Amino acid sequence: MFTAMLGEAWHAMGANRLRTFLTMLGMVIGVGAVVLMMAIGQGAEASVKRSISAMGSNLFVVLSGPPSMGGARSATGNAPSLNVKDANAIAELDGVAGVAPVTMGKAQIVFGSNNWNTDILGTTPSYLDVRSWYLSSGYAFAESDIRSATRVALIGKTVAQNIFGDDIDPLGKTIRIKQSPFVILGVLDSKGQSLDGRDQDDTIIVPLTTAQRKLFGNQLPGSVRQIIVQAESDKAMAMTEEGINGLLNQRHNIREGADSDFSVRNLTAIANSAAETTRTMSLLLGAIASVSLLVGGIGIMNIMLVSVTERTREIGIRMAIGARQRDILMQFLLEAIVISIVGCLIGIGIGVGGAVLVSIFTKAEVIVSTNSVLIAFSVAASIGVFFGFYPARKAAKLNPIEALRYQ
Amino acid sequence: MQKNIEAKAVIEVSNLYKDYQTAAGPFPVLKDVNLRIENGDYVAIMGPSGSGKSTFMNILGCLDKPTKGKYVLDGHAVATMEENAVAGVRNKTIGFVFQGFNLLARSSLLDNVALPLVYSGIEKPERHKRAKVLLEKVGLGKHINSRPNQISGGQQQRVAIARALVNNPRLILADEPTGNLDSVTSEEIMALFGELNKEGITIVLVTHETDIAEHAKRQVRFLDGKIVQDTLTNSQLAEVL
Ligand SMILES: Nc1ncnc2c1ncn2[C@@H]1O[C@H](COP(=O)(O)OP(=O)(O)OP(=O)(O)O)[C@@H](O)[C@H]1O
Ligand SMILES: [Mg+2]
Repeated sequence: MFTAMLGEAWHAMGANRLRTFLTMLGMVIGVGAVVLMMAIGQGAEASVKRSISAMGSNLFVVLSGPPSMGGARSATGNAPSLNVKDANAIAELDGVAGVAPVTMGKAQIVFGSNNWNTDILGTTPSYLDVRSWYLSSGYAFAESDIRSATRVALIGKTVAQNIFGDDIDPLGKTIRIKQSPFVILGVLDSKGQSLDGRDQDDTIIVPLTTAQRKLFGNQLPGSVRQIIVQAESDKAMAMTEEGINGLLNQRHNIREGADSDFSVRNLTAIANSAAETTRTMSLLLGAIASVSLLVGGIGIMNIMLVSVTERTREIGIRMAIGARQRDILMQFLLEAIVISIVGCLIGIGIGVGGAVLVSIFTKAEVIVSTNSVLIAFSVAASIGVFFGFYPARKAAKLNPIEALRYQ
Repeated sequence: MQKNIEAKAVIEVSNLYKDYQTAAGPFPVLKDVNLRIENGDYVAIMGPSGSGKSTFMNILGCLDKPTKGKYVLDGHAVATMEENAVAGVRNKTIGFVFQGFNLLARSSLLDNVALPLVYSGIEKPERHKRAKVLLEKVGLGKHINSRPNQISGGQQQRVAIARALVNNPRLILADEPTGNLDSVTSEEIMALFGELNKEGITIVLVTHETDIAEHAKRQVRFLDGKIVQDTLTNSQLAEVL
């Protein structure tokens, strides 16, 4: 009985292909949009989450320059007001787990005939601990390298790829940074994108002193652009922030109420708000896509109503030879459901295809989760039932003889 | 006499009225119709065009409801039956042949004939088997995959008859079943009806032609919404005498 009716539904859909196709199109677009938008939203959320966990936990960054300036500009555009001694003092504070002073700049690096322009980060070995950044091969430099400002380097995956290619093992090779030779001690693990979309693997890490003395000259001996501070725990964050502010104000002789020459940023809070933003964005995308799904559903209802009117005689015939009201109801309901489910399957295909294209062309991360597909599918099926029910009931309530007389 | 002993009414209509609602108010079509049809009877309904024959047949077929009066089918008052039960009656008890065929244009003849069986919950192979047998019986065995618009009116009429017979009904209601047939095919169809009646199936048919009506056992004549004559046919009289 059921298979017979399913066959009938299929048959009826085939009878007016163009119309069935157009009806389906609404569903296809709706489901496709939902799947695609969810894929983009979830991809963005996942990549933010990954950036956050790659960033390290419970982090502050102390930037030189007054807090009113934008973070990026004060980090690079100002004369550094922080120095290594500040970092050492912060390390003594309660609740601080680790401290890494950082100075950075851009430089051209050369290996053989290959060259590459990249970020050079001068820091101490604790930087890797604070950022939970590991080496995929080789080993890190040590305090002794800091003391004697040796020319050694750790290189990021992107840099290694670009100047060594796949075939050469970078370990032990000598590259030139601003003409001076550096020996590569280790290759950094991949960190992927940072929250602001930079490729964190496009980096070379060298001892802080080497960067200060041999690469970027120096305005003030021992000065650094940033100090990265890791608190012992989430709970210690507030106390640590207060401690850093008090300590640096005191060390820099800044009077109560005056502008300070540094700023403390809570990276974890920034990360959380970034995560919040992407979540909102992905919700918004989903909501917009759902509207098109709704429109698709209304399209189905519209066509089913037309179909009921058009097939009034057919309904009359069926009733005259013994179809019960629920048979007629089922027939039209099934037709609506089949249209929405077939449309949904095509829509899923298009949504997934679109997601793949988006990831190929924009390099953005997209995630098609089984959940989003299941949601789209069940929503589409319910839309079929919901919007198919009224027309189907209208058909079932017809009086047989009046339906037969309908012309 | 013998007839009365085993007689049991299939159809019992009393004081039946039917008005159509028109823009100009109710339009009475059937006016106090009373009729009793016994099991196994074979009734021809005659009368001029517009006298209410089709209206009456539709009520007998449970397709339409009377405005007033009582219709008892197989001992049950149709007015009090549940909707699903009435659908069951239309499906299994009654085989209805419409004046205008009423076939599904988009389905093959086979599917058209098999359609009542769908609503009886019979499986596809069995449905097709039975539909095929009936299409062969009405001489359309070669056309089972054609569409109704690919065959002649007479052939469509026969498909409609095959569909009415497919669920082995105990009562056949046929509204001018030979209206579109030539005399040879008409005779064939009437022979088929005769056989079915011999098997015990009750038949009520509407016709304009006296020689077709002669195949029945009993003639009922409508005039202006009333039964004006109810007699045994000549052949039947000959048998009784
Ligand atoms: N749906 C309707 N609405 C209003 N009037 C109707 C309707 N159907 C039939 N009539 C009227 O009822 C009367 C009886 O119609 P009916 O179809 O029963 O006649 P009939 O005896 O079957 O005629 P014919 O021999 O031409 O088939 C006619 O006058 C017709 O105009
Ligand atoms: Mg008529």
